[in-house]
Amino acid sequence: MNPTPILEVDDIHVYYGNIHALKGVSLTINKGEIVTLIGANGAGKTTTLNAISGLVPSREGQVRLRGETISGVASHLIVGRGIVQVPEGRRMFARLTVEENLRMGGYTLTRAADVQAGIDRAFEMFPRLKERRTQVAGTLSGGEQQMLAIGRALMAGPEVLLLDEPSMGLAPVLVDFVFDTISRLHAEGTTILLVEQNARMALQIADRGYVIETGMIVLSDLAANLRENDTVRKAYLGIV
Amino acid sequence: MKASLIERLTEGAIATFLWLLRVAVVLVVVVGSALTIMSGRYSLEVYVGLVVSGLTLGSIYALIALGYTMVYGILRMINFAHGEIFMAGAFAGYFVVTASDKLGFLNQGPVTAMITIVVAILVAVAVATPIALLVEKIAYRPLRNAPRLVPLISAIGASFVLQYTFRGFFGPGIYSYPTVDFLDQTLPISGVIVRYVDVIVVISAFVMMTGLYLFVMRTKLGTAIRAVSEDKDTAALMGIDVNRAIVTTFGLGAAMAGAAGVLYALLFRQVFFLTGFVPGIKAFTAAVLGGIGNIPGAMLGGLFLGQVESIGPTLFLDGFNVPSPNQLKDVIAFTMLVLVLVFRPSGILGERIARSRA
Ligand SMILES: Nc1ncnc2c1ncn2[C@@H]1O[C@H](COP(=O)(O)OP(=O)(O)OP(=O)(O)O)[C@@H](O)[C@H]1O
Ligand SMILES: [Mg+2]
Repeated sequence: MNPTPILEVDDIHVYYGNIHALKGVSLTINKGEIVTLIGANGAGKTTTLNAISGLVPSREGQVRLRGETISGVASHLIVGRGIVQVPEGRRMFARLTVEENLRMGGYTLTRAADVQAGIDRAFEMFPRLKERRTQVAGTLSGGEQQMLAIGRALMAGPEVLLLDEPSMGLAPVLVDFVFDTISRLHAEGTTILLVEQNARMALQIADRGYVIETGMIVLSDLAANLRENDTVRKAYLGIV
Repeated sequence: MKASLIERLTEGAIATFLWLLRVAVVLVVVVGSALTIMSGRYSLEVYVGLVVSGLTLGSIYALIALGYTMVYGILRMINFAHGEIFMAGAFAGYFVVTASDKLGFLNQGPVTAMITIVVAILVAVAVATPIALLVEKIAYRPLRNAPRLVPLISAIGASFVLQYTFRGFFGPGIYSYPTVDFLDQTLPISGVIVRYVDVIVVISAFVMMTGLYLFVMRTKLGTAIRAVSEDKDTAALMGIDVNRAIVTTFGLGAAMAGAAGVLYALLFRQVFFLTGFVPGIKAFTAAVLGGIGNIPGAMLGGLFLGQVESIGPTLFLDGFNVPSPNQLKDVIAFTMLVLVLVFRPSGILGERIARSRA
């Protein structure tokens, strides 16, 4: 079986003013894989996802989707090409209702039937959201907001889903639920790039992983190997 | 130690002053109103008349205020050139109404007058909107990531540019709107005097505001505007074209202001290059009053300001025997702006900025 790369990040450099946040990051994600990107606070994980999504420009290097470069393409058009990000901190439209949030996730869809199908699917995955469909999102609990954030991102029917710390700030049961959801999406064929601080869980469900430190990839291997790697065990799994 | 004592004293003095200010305002309003009413100088009809003209003026303020509030909502900036968009609408309307008058069409009857007014409004919208979009593109878009003060200064610059461009084209003189006979006739209701112009202004304003409200609340693009107002990056991550939402917001605000320009000019019968200044600031006051960024707030703030400005001078000040209190209506309006900014900066319906940012 020959893996086909669907998303390639090729030696990108990102600057915030004078801060050199990404110093040549390269990642390859094959179709149908779950790949995780782990690293400490401020290592550049969010910046990497935002560079893929076109929210921050990369001064050098390229991002390619199915071999085609998407560097320089506007963020809202990248969604239409099949990459959707669930941003860090959930980022609800707090004054919009649950259903309106979902509709905004499906903004790129042109057929009303597709929008409705997406909403139905989100409600099937997260029945809690259905009960709260007319409630404004700002009043949801943290867990419900994370469900909505994922449900909203799925509306556009992404081929590649970028998840930025989806388990952050959730109770253990909900962390399990979120990871189950990710596994389910994977099983349904979605390619996933998962950024996590919870390296233990991430390395359990991922096929491969990358470790990023101060804007550089310092390790990349199969997830199973990273779990056994001494550096990873010390720095990210808390095992001495 | 010493500094902190002085600080505490100043703070105390300010707090006391603010309290005295509150008490003074309440006293003026309550005592003034009581004295005026008890003096029996004005009949009920007069008060009703004031309410009607307040409603007319207020609905015009509300229309303009929507543009301020929506642009603030989406860009967190005050578009100080908005009054000039309103003025452009008033000018455009002038040419339509005058042409209709010259052709002998305008005053043939209510129907021809109404047709003229509708055409004037449509032309005003068609003129005002592209001007606003041009201002957005040239004066605001390049500054979107600049510190907040920068687009504000650019807006003031744009306002002057528009004023003096119109002065350049049309000169400093005042253009009188032709008389529309039908508008001056009164409704056949006994007791109160309601002119057709009041009815037309109020109805057109409410139709437009309802349309805008439904657009923003019910349509996909309207919802996108609300989403972009909350969080631009996330909106872009959902596939929303942020620029399109912003441009649409400017366009909607300008359309309302352009139409308001015609209504205002039909009411006051004149237009010149500075026509936009005072109503612009009044509408800004209305937007702040209602809670800047809040759409129903702008409508409410406009209507409220219209009432205060219309009834206020007579009701609050006449009782104290203030000579010709009506000359003080702008004082009342702007005093209210200051009071709101001091005591309730979030306005009537606004939330605290800090909360809406969370
Ligand atoms: N908007 C910005 N302006 C300036 N510097 C920034 C900005 N965003 C991020 N940075 C800097 O870039 C570096 C990488 O930040 P990034 O948010 O990508 O880290 P992260 O790995 O996602 O961290 P965390 O786990 O805390 O979310 C950090 O040093 C951060 O301070
Ligand atoms: Mg991050």
